[in-house]
Amino acid sequence: MNGEPILRFKDVSKVYPLPAGDVVALDHVSLTVEPGEFIAVMGPSGSGKSTLLNMMGCLDVPTTGKIYLSGQEISRMSDDDLTRLRRDRIGFVFQQFNLIPLLSAAENVEFPIVLTTGREESRRRAIEVLRMMHLDDALFSHRPGELSGGEQQRVAIARALVNDPDLLLCDEPTGNLDSKTGTAIMDLLAEENREGKTIVMVTHDPNVAAYARRTIRIVDGRLI
Amino acid sequence: MMFFSFAVRNLRRHWIRSALSIIGIVIGVIAIASLGIMGNSINLLVANIITDVGDTIVITPHTAIGETFAGDPRTAVDAAIPAREVEEIRRAANPHRTIPVLQGADEVEFGRGESGYTQIIGLASDDIPILLDLEEGQYPRQNQAGALVGAYLATEYGISPGSRLTIGNESIRVAGVLAERGFAADINPDYAIVVPDGWYESHFGTNDAYPLVIVRVGDVEQIDAVKEAIENRINRREDIVDVFDSRDMLRQYEEIYQQITAFLVGIGGISLIVAAVNILNVMYISVTERIREIGVMRSLGALRREVLRMFLYEAMILGFIGSVIGGIASAASGYLISLAAVEVFTAGTTFGENFTVFDQSAVGFIVFGMAFGIGTSIAAGFYPAWIASQLAPVDAMRKK
Repeated sequence: MNGEPILRFKDVSKVYPLPAGDVVALDHVSLTVEPGEFIAVMGPSGSGKSTLLNMMGCLDVPTTGKIYLSGQEISRMSDDDLTRLRRDRIGFVFQQFNLIPLLSAAENVEFPIVLTTGREESRRRAIEVLRMMHLDDALFSHRPGELSGGEQQRVAIARALVNDPDLLLCDEPTGNLDSKTGTAIMDLLAEENREGKTIVMVTHDPNVAAYARRTIRIVDGRLI
Repeated sequence: MMFFSFAVRNLRRHWIRSALSIIGIVIGVIAIASLGIMGNSINLLVANIITDVGDTIVITPHTAIGETFAGDPRTAVDAAIPAREVEEIRRAANPHRTIPVLQGADEVEFGRGESGYTQIIGLASDDIPILLDLEEGQYPRQNQAGALVGAYLATEYGISPGSRLTIGNESIRVAGVLAERGFAADINPDYAIVVPDGWYESHFGTNDAYPLVIVRVGDVEQIDAVKEAIENRINRREDIVDVFDSRDMLRQYEEIYQQITAFLVGIGGISLIVAAVNILNVMYISVTERIREIGVMRSLGALRREVLRMFLYEAMILGFIGSVIGGIASAASGYLISLAAVEVFTAGTTFGENFTVFDQSAVGFIVFGMAFGIGTSIAAGFYPAWIASQLAPVDAMRKK
């Protein structure tokens, strides 16, 4: 990526104003994510790791400081521009899977690219990625409610990868899965990383964090 | 297209809810369109009943009520225009024909023991053929006694030319039966008996005054000039007469019936607003239920306006289906209601015979009802859709 880090946080703070007093979720955080990294973000609950991940994913903007995504400064971007960045450059994997219940597995995977690409091409690509996730073809037309947790998370990862993002962000990807299924999911993510995908993953499970090649610890909004 | 199919799926997922919303719109559209059609039918019918004698000026004694129209019941006072003034009018209106009208009432025996007070209209023998058409029989000849009977009166009592009537104590032969005339600005002889002025004056006595004077102006273009000439001549010092033309009356009636139609459509509009509130409610529930889903879509790259569009599609689909069904149903129900209304209003007459329910403005009301249905649906859907589109994805995903 022409020498630029994928992501650069420069003195980023996030303050949530609440009636009971301001809450500092991130306190002057600076970090960089280089292409091809696999980073685990660890910390107790309330430490600010979700806020960190949301900002990496252009879901939130800092109160002060600057964030560069592949060299582009995002903190002053409009909602539409941030949304386009999410659509084209970022993949999300959530703890709750967050598949859209109205759509079949294949349609869920299509969602991010069908917004910009033709239907046929989107479908072809969706099926390709679903197969990479080792999901049985027979399940492609099933609704999320008809799939097991592990199957849903495979669909969710396929959806995150379908637009070939610069950055894959995972929020407790195994948090809702039993350990065997969780291991299978982590193997899939590790495989993606081996093939060059940059991954940042929030977890508080050391076994899961062990898959990452670098671990960032965060306490009370500060990196330690 | 993606978001359109989303909208369709969501409506199908909650199909009972959607169906109820659609029913609301259907009822609203039917209410607007069929009430509009009904108002319009009444309007058309009245226009049909009112004899459009566009070339007639009606002159009555000046009444206190002032600015009004010919035939206004408030001006029915027992007053008359003296013969002297009638001659002035004749001069002012020259060369147009001036027809003084005598009007009174007396008890009439129709035979077979049936009798009742009836309006008697006295006209100069040579004026009668100009003003009135015959259904059968003949006009009474100059200086000869002979009555003309109004169309409904004749039907009701089985009177035909050659019958004899007794007006007061005087017997008179029926010379002819008048053609149906309808409601007019000048005289309404359908329930009256028309006699020559000579007979009228010898029967009722003379007071050399006329309650009504009609001026027939051949050319509509000249009506205003003639009216002005009469006004200038008679009402120079003080208002002695009121001068109307039949267009005033039509205008008044049109105004009244437009108001009736607007009122009826307004009632329909209220039911459509109720339907819109229902859509608002349904959409709001839909947004609330799907907050998390909206957050996910937004985080995956759906733009605010795409989310907005998706919810607007839902409202639009509900409105469209409801309006189309409503439009078809209101074409049917409007037709039936109008037929029934025409039936009621024209009972016993022949006015409804050539009457068609569907003219251009009836179709206009259906289109208006449908457009209003779709419009209110979209308007009702807009607020929930806007709320959905403004949700911050992070907050939305955190919701249960």
